[in-house]
Amino acid sequence: MSKLNDDPGITDSLAGQGISRRDFIKFCTLMAATLSLPSSFIPKIVEALEKKLKPSLVWLEFQDCAGNTESLLRATKPTVADIILDILSIDYHETIMAPAGKQAEKSLMDVVKNQKGKYIAVVEGSIPMKDGGVYCCVGGRSAIDIAKEVCGNALATISVGSCAAYGGIPAANPNPTGAVGVKDAVPGITLINLPGCPVNVENITATVVHYLTFGTLPATDRLGRPYFAYGERIHDHCERRAHYDAGQFVREWGDEGHRHGWCLYEMGCKGPETFKNCPVVKYNEGTSWPVQAGHGCIGCAEPNFWDTMAPFYKRLPKVPGFGIETTADKIGVGLAAAAAAGLAAHGIARAVKGKDEKEEKGE
Amino acid sequence: MKKLLKRVYVWEFPVRFTHWVNVLSILVLSVTGYYIGNPFMHAYKESQYVMGWMRFIHFTAAYVFVVSLLIRLYWAFAGNKYASWKALFPVTGDKPAKLIQQMLYYAFLAEKPRFGVGHSPLAGLTYLLILVLYAAEIFTGFAMYSLYNPSGLYNSMFGWLFLIFTTPTLRLIHHIVMWLLVYLILIHIYVALYVDKLEKSGLMGSIFTGHKFVYPEVKTKD
Ligand code: HEM
Ligand code: HEM
Ligand code: SF4
Repeated sequence: MSKLNDDPGITDSLAGQGISRRDFIKFCTLMAATLSLPSSFIPKIVEALEKKLKPSLVWLEFQDCAGNTESLLRATKPTVADIILDILSIDYHETIMAPAGKQAEKSLMDVVKNQKGKYIAVVEGSIPMKDGGVYCCVGGRSAIDIAKEVCGNALATISVGSCAAYGGIPAANPNPTGAVGVKDAVPGITLINLPGCPVNVENITATVVHYLTFGTLPATDRLGRPYFAYGERIHDHCERRAHYDAGQFVREWGDEGHRHGWCLYEMGCKGPETFKNCPVVKYNEGTSWPVQAGHGCIGCAEPNFWDTMAPFYKRLPKVPGFGIETTADKIGVGLAAAAAAGLAAHGIARAVKGKDEKEEKGE
Repeated sequence: MKKLLKRVYVWEFPVRFTHWVNVLSILVLSVTGYYIGNPFMHAYKESQYVMGWMRFIHFTAAYVFVVSLLIRLYWAFAGNKYASWKALFPVTGDKPAKLIQQMLYYAFLAEKPRFGVGHSPLAGLTYLLILVLYAAEIFTGFAMYSLYNPSGLYNSMFGWLFLIFTTPTLRLIHHIVMWLLVYLILIHIYVALYVDKLEKSGLMGSIFTGHKFVYPEVKTKD
């Protein structure tokens, strides 16, 4: 039953791009699954997306590597990307937009002015605060200046990737540019943090779909991360978990255990310390993710991961003040041996002294 | 002429009971904890459950340990004066002076001080340190344990630790404190055996039976 106006429904407009209704429903199902919603919510999502509200979305890039943009564009099949473009109106995105220069900056300001409080701002990359924010400028304005205006007037801001969420790699010690995440740069705004290096696209889309469906942003934890994506540990959903529980561990790259897909715990996997839904949504439309590919998790979605999760190939952090190769256990065994030796020496010394005393007393 | 020693009841049942429950649970926690940190045995079949059992035993022993400590904590208020929490703080009367003399004694620099019946001042201080390390293990342990369910009760009780420390740091603290406990326990056992031989007060026996033997002139009542 097609509508009798010139605006085609979402199915029709997608059909024009070679995407069937079936693909669209599959997309809605994927979104429900990502949001951990029961399947009874699928019709609600379908209905919401069919309304084609098309909120404006502006995508800001600051101190970043465009990895999150890559993640978004790396759709193997056109379907998801096309549907995203159909449910959203991406009005500014430096990497993919056609206009350049003053024209481009004008389209950003148009959105800020004309749709105040109604658009979604996405931030990728950290914001340098040192020296008045001079270390990252776009169109002659500093990142912090742009972020304050654009995020401050948005309906909500989504920080994608660990740099925007926590400062990420630019903020790693010694943090020469004074980089921080959006939360610290522009405090007090409505913000959703989607850390990860890069973020899984499904989590961005699902956040937007949640908003379109329920009119609210998804519930978040104390770090501003939505529970649906960051509510559980990698380790608790990992496909190698059975090997962990069994006690089957890779001990060296390329050893027999590695070839058999055993657990990467001893190779420094940070899955037990990291909250994210990678094992479920994966990357590149569910193709794979690091642990599946044979590399331990490096905890890229945790705050300041570059400093706190290092060394990536060791299970425990370095002990401050000792050599890099000295692990806690080596120190432990050494000290225990020293303590035992000390006690033995004390005992011998005391025995000798006791004998002397006895001799002195003439016993 | 040899004087007859007097038999006094020092360690009441709850003190002895919790002491040995603690010894057992710490032994189990250390062995399983070491395995968790450093899985030295590898399974050869996927159907095995080595790490699974180790963690299960670790967490069960953790509960036993905590309950035992709570009983001992209660007894620090309800028990006799030797079991009192006050014995851990050698700050009253002649205790500070004796503490210094005792330290010098162990370094072969002074004569052995004469003590009463309960903990010596240095022993009290050592148990205070052990208690702090217990607390460190329990807090970091339960914080790590809470990660399996971040909206659960344990996370609301111990999750604040994550505001101060990162998870890998908590693991490192938990790991290092195990070693610190190992040293203190080594020293503890050594000193217990040593003082037992020296004082002939039946110290070693006392932790089993509760009774010590002291010179008749030693005050045993307040
Ligand atoms: C895991 C090992 C051990 C730990 C953590 C430990 C800890 C403690 C603590 C905290 C106390 C104070 C008792 C109280 O007030 O509740 C104590 C007392 C005592 N423990 Fe242990 N203990 C351990 C092993 C042993 C062993 C193996 C022995 C000897 C066979 C022993 C002999 C004693 C004795 C004789 C006392 C009373 C001595 C005094 O207070 O001066 N302990 N121990
Ligand atoms: C004397 C007491 C204890 C000792 C000596 C001890 C020892 C250890 C050690 C050495 C580890 C390995 C750390 C690593 O390298 O990653 C560990 C892990 C752990 N312990 Fe303890 N522990 C003690 C008490 C507790 C308590 C009271 C809890 C509370 C539940 C606890 C919970 C844990 C947890 C959750 C882990 C991490 C296990 C995992 O990754 O799944 N421990 N323990
Ligand atoms: S590979 Fe990493 S996340 Fe997976 S079970 Fe092993 S330790 Fe956990």
